Amino acid sequence: MNRTYELMFIVRPDMPEEEQDKLISTLESAVSSSGGQMKSVEKMGKRRLAYSVRRFRDGVYILLTVEGGGALVHELERRLRVTEPVLKFLTVRIDEEQKRLEKIAKIRAARRKVSATPAAETGSEPAAVTA
Amino acid sequence: MAEETSTTVAPAAETPSTPERPERTERGDRGERRPFRPGGGPGGPGGREGGRKYFRRKKVCKFCVEKIEAINYKDVRLLAQFVAESGKIVPRRLTGVCTPHQRRLSTAIKQARNIALLPFAGRPS
Repeated sequence: MNRTYELMFIVRPDMPEEEQDKLISTLESAVSSSGGQMKSVEKMGKRRLAYSVRRFRDGVYILLTVEGGGALVHELERRLRVTEPVLKFLTVRIDEEQKRLEKIAKIRAARRKVSATPAAETGSEPAAVTA
Repeated sequence: MAEETSTTVAPAAETPSTPERPERTERGDRGERRPFRPGGGPGGPGGREGGRKYFRRKKVCKFCVEKIEAINYKDVRLLAQFVAESGKIVPRRLTGVCTPHQRRLSTAIKQARNIALLPFAGRPS
């Protein structure tokens, strides 16, 4: 139950701030009620859309990072689908990617540390190839 | 063809047994006549570019060189470099990106398209 998801959705540009916050808090309560955890909320502001969605040319982008199970994502997406001002949403699972990045960062840090001693380099080399 | 007749007539030092010699030389000559060039000829091991004969300067993968590991759908500026004017994803033989990075890049571009950060067709604004 430690999957991390990134949920990005677009809201109509003419939606007032407090309604956006209300929506976010609704989602937050949904997250905590199903035993998840909201890691971060980021409002990316109004952006021009690359193509018109429901006849809108701009939209407000909101990014949520959520930790929880698959059922939680299902629930959040269902809510977003029903919410009228939400134009589009996209959920990406990021825990595997984060693990991979951490592993690479660790290998790189280890390689930098042992670059003084050439003996230990052979140990980190095959791991670097697979990564 | 002249080589063939000369080797069959005169006992060459290459092949020891006489009956096998004509077969061997024929096969050898046929192999040489075939248009494939073993090893790095002017065709270039980096991949032929539509009949170009000379070695094109080898393009390096931007991600491997700069050690960019995370290709996110959110950084539109990075992704837009690999998208053509028409909005199509540029093939890797033109950009020089290596295969694993091209796959990740392609997934990221498709995700960005879905969330209206990049267009499906047309210039990325």
